[in-house]
Amino acid sequence: MSLIHKTAAELGALIASGETSAVEVAQAHLDRIAAVEPQVNAFLHVDAETTLAQARRVDERRAAGEELGPLAGVPIAHKDVFTTTDMPTTAGSKILEGWRPPYDATVTRRLREAGLVILGKTNLDEFAMGSSTENSAYGVTRNPWDLSRIPGGSSGGSSAAVAAYEAPLSTGTDTGGSIRQPAAVTGIVGMKPTYGGSSRYGLIAFASSLDTPGPFARTVLDAALLHEAFSGHDALDSTSIDAAVPRVAEAAREGDVAGLRIGVVKEFGGDGYQPGVLARFRETVELLESLGAKVVEVSCPSFTTALPAYYLIAPSECSSNLARFDAMRYGLRVGDDGTRSAEEVMALTRAQGFGPEVKRRIILGTYALSSGYYDAYYGQAQKVRTLIARDFEAAFHQVDVLISPTTPTTAFPIGERADDPMAMYLADLCTIPTNLAGNAAISVPCGLADEDGLPVGLQIMAPVLGDDRCYRVGAAVERALTDRWGGGLLAKAPAL
Amino acid sequence: MPYDEALERFEPVLGLETHVELGTASKMFCACPTTFGAPPNTHVCPVCLALPGALPTANATAIESTIRIGLALNCSIAEWCRFARKNYFYPDMPKNYQISQYDEPLCFDGYLDVEVDGRTVRIEIERVHLEEDTGKSTHMGGATGRIHGADYSIVDYNRAGIPLVEIVTKPIPGTDRLAPEVARAYVTELREVMRSLGVSDVRMEEGSMRCDVNVSLMPRGASEWGTRTETKNVNSLRSVERSVRSEIERQAGILAAGGRIVQETRHFHEDTGTTTSGRSKEEAQDYRYFPEPDLVPIAPDFAWVAALKTALPELPRLKRKRLQQEWGVSGLDMEAMHNADAIDLVEATVSAGAPPADARKWWMGELARRANEAGVPLSALRITPDEIARVCAMVAGGALNDKLARQVLEGVLNGEGSPDDVVAARGLQIVNDEGELSAIIDQVLADNADAADKVRSGKIAAVGALVGGVMKASRGKADAGRARELILDKLGVSG
Repeated sequence: MSLIHKTAAELGALIASGETSAVEVAQAHLDRIAAVEPQVNAFLHVDAETTLAQARRVDERRAAGEELGPLAGVPIAHKDVFTTTDMPTTAGSKILEGWRPPYDATVTRRLREAGLVILGKTNLDEFAMGSSTENSAYGVTRNPWDLSRIPGGSSGGSSAAVAAYEAPLSTGTDTGGSIRQPAAVTGIVGMKPTYGGSSRYGLIAFASSLDTPGPFARTVLDAALLHEAFSGHDALDSTSIDAAVPRVAEAAREGDVAGLRIGVVKEFGGDGYQPGVLARFRETVELLESLGAKVVEVSCPSFTTALPAYYLIAPSECSSNLARFDAMRYGLRVGDDGTRSAEEVMALTRAQGFGPEVKRRIILGTYALSSGYYDAYYGQAQKVRTLIARDFEAAFHQVDVLISPTTPTTAFPIGERADDPMAMYLADLCTIPTNLAGNAAISVPCGLADEDGLPVGLQIMAPVLGDDRCYRVGAAVERALTDRWGGGLLAKAPAL
Repeated sequence: MPYDEALERFEPVLGLETHVELGTASKMFCACPTTFGAPPNTHVCPVCLALPGALPTANATAIESTIRIGLALNCSIAEWCRFARKNYFYPDMPKNYQISQYDEPLCFDGYLDVEVDGRTVRIEIERVHLEEDTGKSTHMGGATGRIHGADYSIVDYNRAGIPLVEIVTKPIPGTDRLAPEVARAYVTELREVMRSLGVSDVRMEEGSMRCDVNVSLMPRGASEWGTRTETKNVNSLRSVERSVRSEIERQAGILAAGGRIVQETRHFHEDTGTTTSGRSKEEAQDYRYFPEPDLVPIAPDFAWVAALKTALPELPRLKRKRLQQEWGVSGLDMEAMHNADAIDLVEATVSAGAPPADARKWWMGELARRANEAGVPLSALRITPDEIARVCAMVAGGALNDKLARQVLEGVLNGEGSPDDVVAARGLQIVNDEGELSAIIDQVLADNADAADKVRSGKIAAVGALVGGVMKASRGKADAGRARELILDKLGVSG
């Protein structure tokens, strides 16, 4: 099997044993990127020289006898929303075109220290706002399963890169489903850790109280290894949790659901869900029962109000977070011809630098926070948030994990929902409650929908700091389905 | 309208918002240093420049200092509170929002007692909250130095993110004609509280303490308060007093002419002592406050707060009461020393061994006069309490008289060295040689025969002129008391 088809765990072991080198592995992936990028467009920035230099450095560290982690020398692609000192960081926006950060995000820094080699920066919906990666200022990314369809979003470049074997691992951020939904529609694993479990320092903010960095991988174990490599308390992020990282790699290795109580969320299913998605989901429920789990239906009534609450809270925070893009200190500057005031230059820059979805959300959030509307909108949404957290709490008294389809549908065609924000927002229907409550959830592949032959994701939700349960259940499902299919789901994807 | 007339017709209501920069080693939300006067934009980092992705972390010392300020101002301390974002666009504010506090201040419902004209006025404190300072804009070109009309502006972000405590009073009615003095006394007292806590250097001239003064007027006998204005840029104690007076006169003129007061921000001008219109509230911003999601709530531990309270230093007003007793001076004398910012200096001088009356006499007399001439505060004079105490000791020991002592002080202030150095260098010593003094007296008696006769004939008061003559002839070095004795002796009269 070629290097690009190996898992991250395998690559790490091969590099550690000296059977291959970080440079060889990096080169194999750079070759793959060169071959398939014209079709996929997962990357915004690839710089072979920088990548190979990093890989050489890892090989040198190992040669010097340095003790390195299990992923040392394994390549990774970063969503272009994490700052990197050696590559530009744009957040998919014209307003940051060409910006070179003077500092590394905590996630990038920790992964560098762990010896991961950065292949490049991946495409995303501008400022992580979207569910299709169509909102990028730098073109659409295509789903490797069907190039006419979206790869999910906002972390669509990261999901496509892993699904297209351009990278064995990638990072993403999940604010309303931006890791789980792209993972689901590209047939890979994507995890949203507990909020505060992974540092936001150096992650360009969309909605501060929701944004959560997380891993993409082709296997549950790979995702867990990456999760462990960048997680843990960070003094630079005051919302970071000062507690031990849940033992996710161990849980992924065990992958055992016997005796586990699993709740099916009653509110997620029915109208608006693609029959093929529901069919695969029902089969997975049966599979879990056959593996010894006790499955019950659990009602979380407030989950139906999560979407509107999210679309008040996230835009409110983004309207403030994006205020710093004002042409004064970095990024795009428009109209500074010596005749205009700072205020005019700010307005012109923001008018030209932000895309329509970003503007829509800034306007929405500005309105929701305005004096006289705050209580009715932002204040009310925060109350809904509390109710959702209580529903989760009550549910986790009854069951160990909750499950649902990750998304109501499979990957939709590029352009289909581009002019219909409401339809686009529905893609995150099942993922948003977890962001509002701050707990953990993963998406693992559970088959292909009959109608379109496209991947379907199973969402597994666990309590705050119960991330290991997501991996435990995810790994059990993965193992059973891999046995059933005689290989991973991606093996069924058409060749690029 | 003249002040007296204004006060006959209207009653003022005051309100003061004071910003105090805390003297923490690092900024409020990052590790950058806070030292004043560094080259522009050298104390900056991704956090205080608001680079994409950077996050704030709260400075624990600043939170502690704010709680101590709250405790010193008799406030309740929040059991749980949050920072909030105040959103508005301005080039000197890197994030285009200020991290501040909104409806959940760290400290609330306190008071500060101040002395004015011999009576105690209780100023109610609405809230004390913690926030970050902005950068500093300098508007180049144009006539006003303000952003409108400027050719271009430059921004120094060194100040951006320095911890700032905002102390807001409740409306202060009932000050009547003393409103300007009450405002000044409050700011003075507040400054001393900050000093005694050691939380800030409270230098108004460097902007580490800044004051916004709210004033409204209502007709005498009315119960409803008038529309208020907020005067900014009030950067000295004197300006606090002047701005209140000027605003009362201005508003009274408008109201008396049947006009109405516009709720607006006004700017105080040191040169003219008057205010001009700034931004009116009609174009006021909606700051869209919401809880800061990048920071966790503050929940001060009850026992910790109690310990901070126990460890508070003696507060200035109580200290003044104690010193007043110890020094045996009147309340008005104490207030005068307070207003002249002399109490700490007098106290230090007393600690260095000077009798309280002498220490007070020098600081409030000769030195106050010299400071006033130079237009500097007493503390800026180039003389130390130890040096004053030394001069007092020399006077008490008979080595100097008051006149010589003044010359010694002058020498010290001129940088001629210690009091002993000046005495030695200038040869300033009382003439203790009886023979020399006797010779001088004989000469003076001979030159002033008329005065001598008057004394002989019983008009003892005339001896003053003779003593004056001796002092003059000795160029001040004679011991005036001894000279008087000798003169009376020589003239055969008993004093």
